Amino acid sequence: MSEMPATARPTHRRATIETADGQPRASAYVCEAASCMSAQSHDITLRLGERIAAAGMTDVTIKRVGCLGLCAAGPLVEIAETAELFERVKPDDVEGIVKALKKVKPTDTRRPQGPFFEKQLRVVTENMGRIDPESLDDYVGRGGYEALKHVLSDMTSTEVRDEITRSGLRGRGGAGYPVGLKWTTVAKAEGTQKYVVCNADEGDPGAFMDRSVLESDPFRVLEGMTIAAFAVHANEGYIYCRAEYPLAVSRLRTAIRLAQRAGLLGTGIADTNFNFDVQIRLGAGAFVCGEETALIASIEGRRGTPRPRPPYPAVQGLWDCPTLLNNVESYANVPTILNKGADWYSEYGIGKSKGTKVFALAGRIVNTGLIEVPMGTTLREIVFDIGGGIIDGRPFKAVQTGGPSGGCIPAQFLDMAVSYESLIEVGSFMGSGGLIVMDDTSCMVDVAKYFMDFCREESCGKCVPCRVGTTELYMILDLITRGEATLDDLAQLERLAGIIQKTSLCGLGQGAPNPIFSTLRYFRDEYMAHIVDKTCPAGVCTITAPEVMA
Amino acid sequence: MSTVFTFRIDGKDVAGSEGQTVMEVAEENGIDIPGLCHLEGIHDRGACRLCMVEIAGSPKLTAACVTKITEGMDVTAHSERLQEYRRTVTEMLFVERNHVCAVCVANDHCELQDLAADLELTHFDLPRISPKLDIDASHRLFAIDHNRCILCLRCVRVCDEIEGAHTWDVMHRGLETRVQTDMGIPWGESTTCTSCGKCVQVCPTGALFEKGRAVASGSKHQRPFLPWLKIVEEERGR
Repeated sequence: MSEMPATARPTHRRATIETADGQPRASAYVCEAASCMSAQSHDITLRLGERIAAAGMTDVTIKRVGCLGLCAAGPLVEIAETAELFERVKPDDVEGIVKALKKVKPTDTRRPQGPFFEKQLRVVTENMGRIDPESLDDYVGRGGYEALKHVLSDMTSTEVRDEITRSGLRGRGGAGYPVGLKWTTVAKAEGTQKYVVCNADEGDPGAFMDRSVLESDPFRVLEGMTIAAFAVHANEGYIYCRAEYPLAVSRLRTAIRLAQRAGLLGTGIADTNFNFDVQIRLGAGAFVCGEETALIASIEGRRGTPRPRPPYPAVQGLWDCPTLLNNVESYANVPTILNKGADWYSEYGIGKSKGTKVFALAGRIVNTGLIEVPMGTTLREIVFDIGGGIIDGRPFKAVQTGGPSGGCIPAQFLDMAVSYESLIEVGSFMGSGGLIVMDDTSCMVDVAKYFMDFCREESCGKCVPCRVGTTELYMILDLITRGEATLDDLAQLERLAGIIQKTSLCGLGQGAPNPIFSTLRYFRDEYMAHIVDKTCPAGVCTITAPEVMA
Repeated sequence: MSTVFTFRIDGKDVAGSEGQTVMEVAEENGIDIPGLCHLEGIHDRGACRLCMVEIAGSPKLTAACVTKITEGMDVTAHSERLQEYRRTVTEMLFVERNHVCAVCVANDHCELQDLAADLELTHFDLPRISPKLDIDASHRLFAIDHNRCILCLRCVRVCDEIEGAHTWDVMHRGLETRVQTDMGIPWGESTTCTSCGKCVQVCPTGALFEKGRAVASGSKHQRPFLPWLKIVEEERGR
């Protein structure tokens, strides 16, 4: 884990604005989320500040913002007034940005930004790249905490739950359980002590939605959790965040402190008699701790292993008390739903999948980055229009969704509208929103092996089918990729995968065989090539067995 | 008075009290559902997945040891499919580590061996994992051979829940999971172990054994203290 420079370093320079209305004539927004930060965007912020000061430009501001979305082209700097985007900015490029800032006129408007930005619908990410994630004023300036104040002063907890239920919001952690139903279960569960927990243990390979939300707009998650706490009668909350996200944790800590000082967390929130406070708990690098019962065990200070359900956490969760457990993105949807109304929210989406979904684009795609689209957007729009297509114009082969419990979707489904249901139908899974694009340089057997390697590494070891079975599957896949497997091994692979799916204790084990099932369903010919012809069509696997002579 | 539920297991009408598990009622009615992590007297954890049963109306299999009974439920504990699953899970346990009955102190007294016989497991199809693991013989009276451990964690639970010492715990994860004594120090150096031997008594295999026992002489079928202590615990209202 590399040390991420966060708030410990000097923050950006806040130039004193000397215009008639106190508003800057021009503003440069520098992305300081993890991806751009790792490409030294903070140095750009400092350098820009120095140049602006040296040039005596007192009507210009330089602002640190969260994720601007187009991670592939970082470090990113945007001139907010014109939407001009500077990509791959190096310290020497700062002069060009200063020149552009000089040219900004009060009459300028934001110009269209191209399909990557224009085809998106921003709900969860509406403040991303617009606010300083460590400024409560910035968040409030964009309508932050209006929903909470409205809820606390004008609504009953039942009305809040009904609104969420009507919105059709479903759990954004992957399984898609109706959020309103979960809230109602917790609210009605017996017990005076209840908890609200936020799952920020994002661990799917290629997924960074929750990280970006926390790094870019942490107050939104806190506001969502506070509203949830009011709706389910809880007064204590936890955010369980993986320790591999130091910047997200640091910004969350700052946000919690600022919210507490402003009376938006703690005792007597917003001058009402409602109390709610939040603590952060850090995960220690176990994927399985994203499973709700393992997550709860970990918060309690026990070994992070899942337990059989029922009882469900909504009835018996943290310290055996009713516990509401939702994911970062689920909570982040809540303030907007209450601001704009359930009807507005449920207009977007398709079928039983309402609203928007944040996806992290990764793999062999031009525009690696973070996007938000309405449910029902097709894979083609996501990959080709927004994502810019495949690197070097190579042929699209598959897109992997749902992390290690998901599957690979081939080209024939590119025009499929993405929803919880449609993804399951084609053998995959919504998951948290990681979307890994693959071209013809990917071997699908190797992909299945990669995910099985992940699952066996991350198996907690509690139940036998997952602990032993994932390794068994990995060993057979390894045989296949080395060209040493027989058709009997393939039959064994399929049989075993089915048993592991049926008998494992938690979602990790039950979902572990999915990458095998989906690659077998659509790319069985590649398995056969390895086994029968002893060749790897994609040229990825090193076949050690001698090639069969025709 | 607790409520009595009547329901069916494998077509047989049975009755049990509210709060009982399917496993408990099956045992009372002479229906044998296999299970290696389950042991009466200590908490169930639903981990070995051998007691998986079908419940009519539920698409998922469920572990009988942690499933509470309900009125009218229809449980299938034995079917061709379930037996195949159990056979495969048992086979996984055999190939995971190193179980050679011929040289095992628990030969003929081993629950894993008995289970394999009951399930008519005759040979292994799965690739063997079988790493060479350590044996800790530092304790004065007992030893642990990790090669024979199936991670049922009966030792961990009996040490914590019955003896109250909590000498045993678990470390690492996945295939690297091991039971450990006192944060991973040799058993003989443990300052919490009371040398009561309950862990050895509850171990279903030859992983935990008394020193000085020869092959096939490690009889372990003497654990009267467990159900008795469970009754005491219930009487105390804990």
